[in-house]
Amino acid sequence: MGAMNAPTTQTTRTAVSVTGLRKAYGRAVVLDGVDLRIGEGEIRALLGPNGAGKTTTVRILSTLIPADAGTATVLGHDVRRDADAVRRLIGVTGQFSAVDNLLTGEENLLLMGRLLHLPAARRRARAGELLDQFDLAGAARQTPATYSGGMRRRLDIAMTLMGRPRLIFLDEPTTGLDPRSRHLMWQIVRDLAADGVTILLTTQYLEEADQLADSIAVLDHGRIVAEGTPEQLKRRIPGAHIRLRFADTASLAAAARTLPAGTRDDDGLALRVPHEGGVESLRHVLSRLGDGIVVEDLSIHTPDLDDVFFALTGHPSKENDR
Amino acid sequence: MTALTIAAQDSATMLGRELKHTLRYPLILIGSVLGPVVFLLLFVYILGGPIGDGLGSAGRGEPYVDFLIPGILMMTVAAGTGPTAINVNTDMTGGIIDRFRTMAVARGAVLTGHVVANVLRTLGTTAAITGVALLVGFRPHASVAGWLAVAGIVAAFSFALSWLSAAFGLVAKTVAGANSASLVLQFLLPFLSSAFVPAASMPAGVRWFTEHQPFTPVVESLRALLTGAPVGNTAYTALAWCAGIALVGYLWARAAFRRGTR
Repeated sequence: MGAMNAPTTQTTRTAVSVTGLRKAYGRAVVLDGVDLRIGEGEIRALLGPNGAGKTTTVRILSTLIPADAGTATVLGHDVRRDADAVRRLIGVTGQFSAVDNLLTGEENLLLMGRLLHLPAARRRARAGELLDQFDLAGAARQTPATYSGGMRRRLDIAMTLMGRPRLIFLDEPTTGLDPRSRHLMWQIVRDLAADGVTILLTTQYLEEADQLADSIAVLDHGRIVAEGTPEQLKRRIPGAHIRLRFADTASLAAAARTLPAGTRDDDGLALRVPHEGGVESLRHVLSRLGDGIVVEDLSIHTPDLDDVFFALTGHPSKENDR
Repeated sequence: MTALTIAAQDSATMLGRELKHTLRYPLILIGSVLGPVVFLLLFVYILGGPIGDGLGSAGRGEPYVDFLIPGILMMTVAAGTGPTAINVNTDMTGGIIDRFRTMAVARGAVLTGHVVANVLRTLGTTAAITGVALLVGFRPHASVAGWLAVAGIVAAFSFALSWLSAAFGLVAKTVAGANSASLVLQFLLPFLSSAFVPAASMPAGVRWFTEHQPFTPVVESLRALLTGAPVGNTAYTALAWCAGIALVGYLWARAAFRRGTR
């Protein structure tokens, strides 16, 4: 990780390359032609509601299930023809923590080490390292039955990391976690990325994708409906505005006359004025209002990914379960 | 390392894992002994008198306990199918089998681990049951070779039923479902065999089934070996059934394992 690293540009090597991926269960089409390219060292979020096809994509890329059509290569190996080569390079942490509940935390890690055919000394060293890193050293000799949800998830990720994978699939890594554990998990993801690991993360939390990902692919009904950096996606919808709230209808009416570009919200006694961003635009709006009209409250609304999702798919992200 | 040594190493790792489970939570193992002990005591002290009298010459004049114990040993073998189906199902539904499947681990090593662990557990539980049987008056007349043959048939039968119950565990959606499927092996087939009464004493339809189902040659060959009677071809019939069941169970389990959780 020295200064010699090539800058992340178009020249980065491809970690995941997917074309025309399709999968159906009976008549239910889960993936309807997914194309995806992820560069090495990138954090890519696959964002979508339940049932969009996120987990199915991860299961195909991690060699668990075959696709009906399309090709997928991971770190240069075809997931179908060369599955074992793929398995040697990847790590997977699924939505439900796949730990052995009857073994202790440490034994779980050592089991992974054995299955990776690490020599005994390396197994112990690596397990100890990960227990420290994930703040599990104190619970190393307890079974996961005594762990909190966050601890189980951390053990799960630690198991995934025993073999130092170059690409990690994280399928909804924070679903069901409390806010503190979620932020801890985010830090873990950032640390992994800092080590140069490529990460494909699925999430239904727009904020999570925004926080972590270099770029986001929005998945809806088995298709990728948009792709880009969080900033690029946000720019795709003109939604930035200033919301002004007034004490009474008279003030609202006066303000609406002064600012004809605004949209009235009579129930909320509020006016929504388009806002291009920047202090000048804000100053302009306030100076137009002058001293005569009293503004009770002012808020600046920048579009979040919920707005993006609505703009891209025509329906909100939450009411989309199948 | 060759593929074969990797497969052996991974299977040994999985066997170690399963044996660790067994030793750490011995309740299941105790259950696999207690069940057959209850049947043993029930048949020896409560039902055995009238059954033994009723059998008359069909019981070959031996005390009923000597007729019974081979059947109890067979039930003990079958009792291992419940825990095996449950353990495999727990791995499957708990997601750890999916974890193994995303690793470059020899295919099916986890199943081999479960199967071999169950065979070892079964050798232990049948030995314990034999001890209890001796305490309640079982008097075997087997030679050393005979005892070895008994152990061999127990191991072969356990191996066959383990693969079948591993398949049950893989295809069942829940732990309860996996256990229910194994009840056919644990109770139905032993009772519809010549484990407790000879086939000759049964009504015609049941008798035909009893004479042609795999549990009967297994218990007949165990009985012949333990009582020192001529074994004839029953042992070969029993082993052929074991091979057949093991093959079907293995192929079924392998297909279910590859299919995974959808």
